[in-house]
Amino acid sequence: MGARARRTAIAWTFCGPFIALFATFGLWPVISSLSMSVTDITARDIRTPFGVNFVGLAHYTALFTDPTFLRAVVNTLYFVAVGIPLTMVIALAIAVALNSGIRRAKGFFRVGYFAPVVTSVVAIAVVWRYLYEPDGMINSILAVVGIHGPDWLNDPNWSMPALILMAVWRHFGIPMVIFLAGLQSIPADLLEAARVDGATRWQSFRSVTLPLLRPTTLVVAVLLSIGYLQFFEEPFVMTSGGPLGSTTSISYYAYEQFGFGNYGMASAASYVLVAAIGLLSFVQFRIFRARA
Amino acid sequence: MTATTVSTVASASGVKAATRLRPARILLYGALALGLVATLAPFAWMFLGSIKPTGEIVANPSVWLPRSPTFGNFQQLLSKQNFALYFFNSTLVAVTCVAGNLLFSSMAGYAFAKLEFAGKRLLFGLVLAMLIIPGVTTFVPLFVLVSNLGLSNSYLGLILPFVVTPLGVFLMRQFINDVPDSLVEAARLDGAGDARIFLRVVLPLCRPPLATLAILTFLAQWNNFLWPLVIAQTEDHYTLPVALALFSVGANGTNYGLLLSGAVTVVTPIVLLFLVLQKQFIQGIANTGLK
Repeated sequence: MGARARRTAIAWTFCGPFIALFATFGLWPVISSLSMSVTDITARDIRTPFGVNFVGLAHYTALFTDPTFLRAVVNTLYFVAVGIPLTMVIALAIAVALNSGIRRAKGFFRVGYFAPVVTSVVAIAVVWRYLYEPDGMINSILAVVGIHGPDWLNDPNWSMPALILMAVWRHFGIPMVIFLAGLQSIPADLLEAARVDGATRWQSFRSVTLPLLRPTTLVVAVLLSIGYLQFFEEPFVMTSGGPLGSTTSISYYAYEQFGFGNYGMASAASYVLVAAIGLLSFVQFRIFRARA
Repeated sequence: MTATTVSTVASASGVKAATRLRPARILLYGALALGLVATLAPFAWMFLGSIKPTGEIVANPSVWLPRSPTFGNFQQLLSKQNFALYFFNSTLVAVTCVAGNLLFSSMAGYAFAKLEFAGKRLLFGLVLAMLIIPGVTTFVPLFVLVSNLGLSNSYLGLILPFVVTPLGVFLMRQFINDVPDSLVEAARLDGAGDARIFLRVVLPLCRPPLATLAILTFLAQWNNFLWPLVIAQTEDHYTLPVALALFSVGANGTNYGLLLSGAVTVVTPIVLLFLVLQKQFIQGIANTGLK
């Protein structure tokens, strides 16, 4: 055996187990999902997945004439458009506060604010369902300031804001620590120079900190949009997509189609999501490259 | 002389800044503390509720502190519900996935970073692309595949799809790539083969990414619920989140004492792990932006 063949054999020994498992449980499902989206496969074909008919783009055209799917697209965009800026503003505000020279209890605050990130959504849903009861904790607090709170999870107008709030609570810890790392890399003498020049705290934040934080901000925006476009867990554990479809997201719609046995439709819906995520990441990386 | 003047001016302005900043500082601490209370309130409610009898949990107006604290809810979880078994299942699945990810990702990471083979760039490109593929896209074919392999309702069916992840290989490859080639070459000159180089030279340096990967994998698997929910069809294969999810929609949906103590059982191990390894958790998630 030649040296070259020997080296190839060694390399494949090292990555063989990974490649075998990755190909079977990663790549194959991705390809399989794309091909399912152009066939009429249903739950009844599970034993004979190759004995199905080619239907072309029928599922995709069906999707874009299905009012439930269009509603799911609008809901997903609603969640992304409100959820991402809200998550970023809260994460940045806390990161700036933690970075503004407090030494005492900084680690304590960071751990506390980060805690929701590590908790199981199923467990946390038990508590949040209670918080959102008509006479639950959130409405009791609102009542103190004289606001009569809605029946959050059963009111189609308030179900989405309720899930957005819960999602922001669950996720802001991640951008918070990324922002903290970004803030710590800003040279202190730049802010000091701005202060010497008579800039107020707000002015130096606006014209020194924010511009220098731009790469971090874009990384956070990319990560959040990839994550938030897949919006699924909150409607799954809290509202089952309801009431009246007001929290059905694209992912949830795909899961529902899977539940009905319409595997072709489910796959097509999931590929709409792949396209959206691919496009958005591409655009954001172009902007990122142009500005960086 | 000049030095003295400068230091006097500096300390004077320092004193001035300190006195002027004090109210602002108090305000800052106050705001941070208020935010923290709001963030942690759901946890407090969960932990306090788990030791209340159901009557107290649903009492209106609600009471925060348990009047007659009890461990009855937890006793019921263990005696009437099979939570000890679900706990074992969750641990088994998470630990096996951690072991698989550490082993296979570090091996593959070594091959991708330090060895040459045909198709390397294409394969690594596929690993990167896989990082942004949404879970729902692979879900249906994965279900068909695992069913046809006869692995639904089995531990293997729960574990195999997650025993390697693109994130793991990506993390290990990036780290091993930064290990100087000279170290590897020096070992090779001393007559070491790749197995020896991997085990004795590269792996001992990889503790930080291995710790990150172990934490991220454990966290993801401990909290994973959608896949186990469709794969585990009988009680003996339920993981904790599956049991809790099914529990809260069934006849026990209003048994808040049981639900809250179940939630505490799911959350406590991971929160304890987080408190012990907080630095590694936070850095791992900050570096990858994923959980």
